[in-house]
Amino acid sequence: MASTGHAEQAHNAAAHAADAAANHGDKVIDPLHQFEIWSILDIQVAGLNLSFTNSSLWMVIAAAVAFGVMWVGLRNASLVPGRMQNVAEMLYGIVANMVRDNVGDEGKKYFPIVFTLFMFLLFGNVLGMIPGSFTFTSHLAVTFFMAAVIFIAVTVIGIVRHGTHFLRLFFPEGAPMWTAAILVPIELVSYLSRPVSLSVRLFANMVVGHTLLKVLGGFAVLMGAAGVLPLALLVPITALEFLVAALQAYVFTILTCIYLHDAIHLH
Amino acid sequence: MEADAAKLIGAGLAAIGMIGAGIGVGNVWSSYISAIARNPASKDEIGANIWIGFAVTEAIALFALIVALIALFA
Repeated sequence: MASTGHAEQAHNAAAHAADAAANHGDKVIDPLHQFEIWSILDIQVAGLNLSFTNSSLWMVIAAAVAFGVMWVGLRNASLVPGRMQNVAEMLYGIVANMVRDNVGDEGKKYFPIVFTLFMFLLFGNVLGMIPGSFTFTSHLAVTFFMAAVIFIAVTVIGIVRHGTHFLRLFFPEGAPMWTAAILVPIELVSYLSRPVSLSVRLFANMVVGHTLLKVLGGFAVLMGAAGVLPLALLVPITALEFLVAALQAYVFTILTCIYLHDAIHLH
Repeated sequence: MEADAAKLIGAGLAAIGMIGAGIGVGNVWSSYISAIARNPASKDEIGANIWIGFAVTEAIALFALIVALIALFA
């Protein structure tokens, strides 16, 4: 279904683009074009498509920039921090506080993974704001993979730590027995929907924000002189998108911390 | 009814879900403002948590949007 669906979609999109071209001269604006993945280096291993795509490229760039910021900031660390050291220390401080407040002291050993996650998402989202770049967090495959890894890891941590007592998570201590029939399914569904809501939140925020920017940009181009109005609107929206980019990275990490807290302390 | 017309109507109906998210996000911020008006000292403490509430509520609007997009393009 997927392949024929895509072919049909591509065909439809092409038809739409042709219509648009006929209506507006040569100015064709496709707000979803920015999410297209294309292969930079074709790699096929045993029928698996492992190509190095623009998505992979921007992941590498995000990781490199995150590493670079920390490296430059902490290279000549001094007691009185300079500019870059301040940035590095602030980023570290945000995540350290987050882990301490939400997970507690047991969370310290999970700090490296949480910090890595935060930096990767933060730079992925923020670098995606560069015009012409690619936002890898705007693909459900990427965000759902991260959310699924977190979900499985958190569940395994909980089971290793508490054994069968982990099932208490689905039925809080002290609740009357007869409420089990209602509470357990609700808790179970809410637990199982965590990876879905975690990944869809990030993915949808990125897709919507970038599409909105491109749609308004399209208005600005197509409206000629009156395009100044959407252009003026574009400025605060771009600022909002920067806020959303940082905020969603923060929210993704803080929810990871909360899930960790649930697994370690139960309710 | 033509399938295309039904698709467009369905997408429009899905967007109604935004109402709930609008009310929810408004509620989050109004509670935040009245909370810091009562107790300004709690600003930093609430300030960090407010974003979680905001993001979780806002996600509902995005789910509605995803449903609309699925109705339109999938």
